[in-house]
Amino acid sequence: MSLLVESSKAPPRMPSYLEAGHTVRSWLFTLDHKRIGILYMAAITVFFSIAASAAALMRIELLTPAGDVVTSETYNRLFTMHGVLMVWFFLIPSIPSVLGNFIIPLMIGARDVAFPRLNLLSWYLFMAGGILATYSIVAGGVDTGWTFYTPYSSTYSNGHVMAMAAGVFIAGFSSIATGLNFIVTIHKLRAPGLTWTRLPLFLWSMYATSIILVLATPVLAITLVLMAMERLWGVGIFDPKLGGDPLLFQHLFWFYSHPAVYIMILPGMGVVSETLAAFARKPVFGYRVVAASSMAIAILGFLVWGHHMFVSSQSVYAGVVFSLLSFLVAVPSAIKVFSWTATLYRGHITFETPMLYALGFIGLFTVGGLTGIFLASLAVDVHVHDTYFVIAHFHYIMVGGMVMAYMGGLHYWWPKISGRLYHEWTARIAALITFIGFNLTFFPQFVLGYLGMPRRYHMYPEQFQTLNVLSTAGASILAVGYALPLFYLGWSFFFGRRAGPNPWGATGLEWKTASPAPEHNFETTPVVTTGAYAYDAEGNP
Amino acid sequence: MNDALSHPAAPPYVDRDQHSVANHLGMWTFLATEILFFGGLFTGYTVLRWAHPHAFAEGSRHLEFWIGTANTAVLLTSSLFVALADLAIKRDDRRAARRHLVAAGLLGAAFLGLKGFEYFQKFQEHLVPGSGFDAHGAQPALQLFFFLYFLMTGLHALHMLFGLGAIGWLLRQIGRGAVSRERPDAVAIVGLYWHFVDCVWIFLYPLLYLIGG
Ligand SMILES: [Cu+2]
Repeated sequence: MSLLVESSKAPPRMPSYLEAGHTVRSWLFTLDHKRIGILYMAAITVFFSIAASAAALMRIELLTPAGDVVTSETYNRLFTMHGVLMVWFFLIPSIPSVLGNFIIPLMIGARDVAFPRLNLLSWYLFMAGGILATYSIVAGGVDTGWTFYTPYSSTYSNGHVMAMAAGVFIAGFSSIATGLNFIVTIHKLRAPGLTWTRLPLFLWSMYATSIILVLATPVLAITLVLMAMERLWGVGIFDPKLGGDPLLFQHLFWFYSHPAVYIMILPGMGVVSETLAAFARKPVFGYRVVAASSMAIAILGFLVWGHHMFVSSQSVYAGVVFSLLSFLVAVPSAIKVFSWTATLYRGHITFETPMLYALGFIGLFTVGGLTGIFLASLAVDVHVHDTYFVIAHFHYIMVGGMVMAYMGGLHYWWPKISGRLYHEWTARIAALITFIGFNLTFFPQFVLGYLGMPRRYHMYPEQFQTLNVLSTAGASILAVGYALPLFYLGWSFFFGRRAGPNPWGATGLEWKTASPAPEHNFETTPVVTTGAYAYDAEGNP
Repeated sequence: MNDALSHPAAPPYVDRDQHSVANHLGMWTFLATEILFFGGLFTGYTVLRWAHPHAFAEGSRHLEFWIGTANTAVLLTSSLFVALADLAIKRDDRRAARRHLVAAGLLGAAFLGLKGFEYFQKFQEHLVPGSGFDAHGAQPALQLFFFLYFLMTGLHALHMLFGLGAIGWLLRQIGRGAVSRERPDAVAIVGLYWHFVDCVWIFLYPLLYLIGG
């Protein structure tokens, strides 16, 4: 990708987005997509910390077989809090709302997203939802699990279900607003010459993600409304005693929540494609197929929700169909892994921090994806359903995949965000610690699950202790890996070396403008003449 | 744009055409969200009606056929006026555009009035779930029908209220000249929304009123 219009020799420097106003007001009422991305970053860091503390408490409880640290009641509330906050208040907004908001307009050569006010509104909705969820936790918590299964949630639970559900409901509208904004932005605001087949793959993955955000989230919203109404009025729409159907809830919930899994992985895949191209200094192998596989995942992802219900009373024939379709969705995911591997082949590879995270992603995502195939097989699923095998599987995708990708993307675009470089070796070590800690935490859980340890219990038989101690030890290492960036990125923000516009020597419009990005992104509207990742044989952009 | 800010963010558009197509696509995308939102309810309706066909037919017979039918006519006519307003603004006839919008708004209000009257009737007949519901000797699943009736028509009415607000806003914008032949988009975009809400009713009407036989 290159600019036809080079900026003149000594342009009057535009103020960076960070210099454009220093008051609290200039942040809280900003319409600048970059600042809104930063607002999201601050918010999700807080929610991540709360949710991670809940996980830490659970891991401490599971050090010993006896339930001696918290009661089973408290434990239920801890894993619900962990799940709800991590899913809706960290993972779903992580790459889309933070990195997507910041980088999408820069990548397409636009001045902002299509609807800046809606973008700001989405942050306020997110915060309103987050505050309600936090209130529900402070008031005593919820014990339903993040899935809110009925009729437990609607009739029997004595937790603060209404506040929590209201929080998720409202945060859902912030997801919809973000998805809508990205769809229109990518369709209508691309710079001249930036055709669909020249679009960086991060944009393809964000486009696919946005489609899921817009089409799946409203189903969650109406499902939560029905659940809340049932709880409020005692009408049994999901209660078999009153003529309702509890499976209806599960169908509606997973119709959202399975596609939501792809909201939590597709953006990560986009980041990995960008990072690999930048640090292998090669175009991504099979660009068109990788782009198409993002769309295929978004579409097929809507057809597989029943694999969460193999041991519900869902019909066996439905189970068979859902099982086959779930195998099918593995195909586009595998295509991506093959393409990434082929991208590395004969590349000019260097191992900067974002690259370490991206390589970690590929390994962990592959493990998570392959164990997903086990779970999509009807017979195997009956054995490992609701065991730690499932926990390990989806943490390999969501933490090993999405969180690694978020960290990788954050490091990759950090120079554009802060205008500065971080200390490379500290960051590399943190990436390595995260990788080791993650595997030590979650690999033993595959074994535990296979041996039959069920999820969501605060005590367990003694023969499981060794593996649980390993897992808790891994969690402590993982905590160090997550804490380190707070310090060295914080330090870099104020004292780091100036980065310059393109510290990685990468292609992409976002690297053609100053760092930190100017308030209006570009001095002159860029014109694109080549496809994404136009590196020559020596790996020069 | 908030003028109080020292550096207001730039509008992202290069020209009015780009802005216009973006607004249209934004509304269409929003309507896609809406379809899935109501879709969840229609799924619930289908599943429960399959489970309790007789109770649902019985529930339908408790609704006022004439109110549902009158409301269908009222709403379709209001959509006609919104479409006429769109044509009028494109001809630069702002007076006609406002007249048509007022007519559409009044019909929308009439719809809500009739709906409210029907709600009141049901309340008197103890057919409101959660407040002393009396199945009149029919199956308990009758309550599920009325729960869906109130939730679906209630959410529809809520959308109507937003639509009325949007029409009120349009009237003001046209009056101020902010919406005119040069900038007619807002009418078409509010119109899209209004027609969508109309379409939802076109599905609700047979599902709720016409299945009793
Ligand atoms: Cu799934």
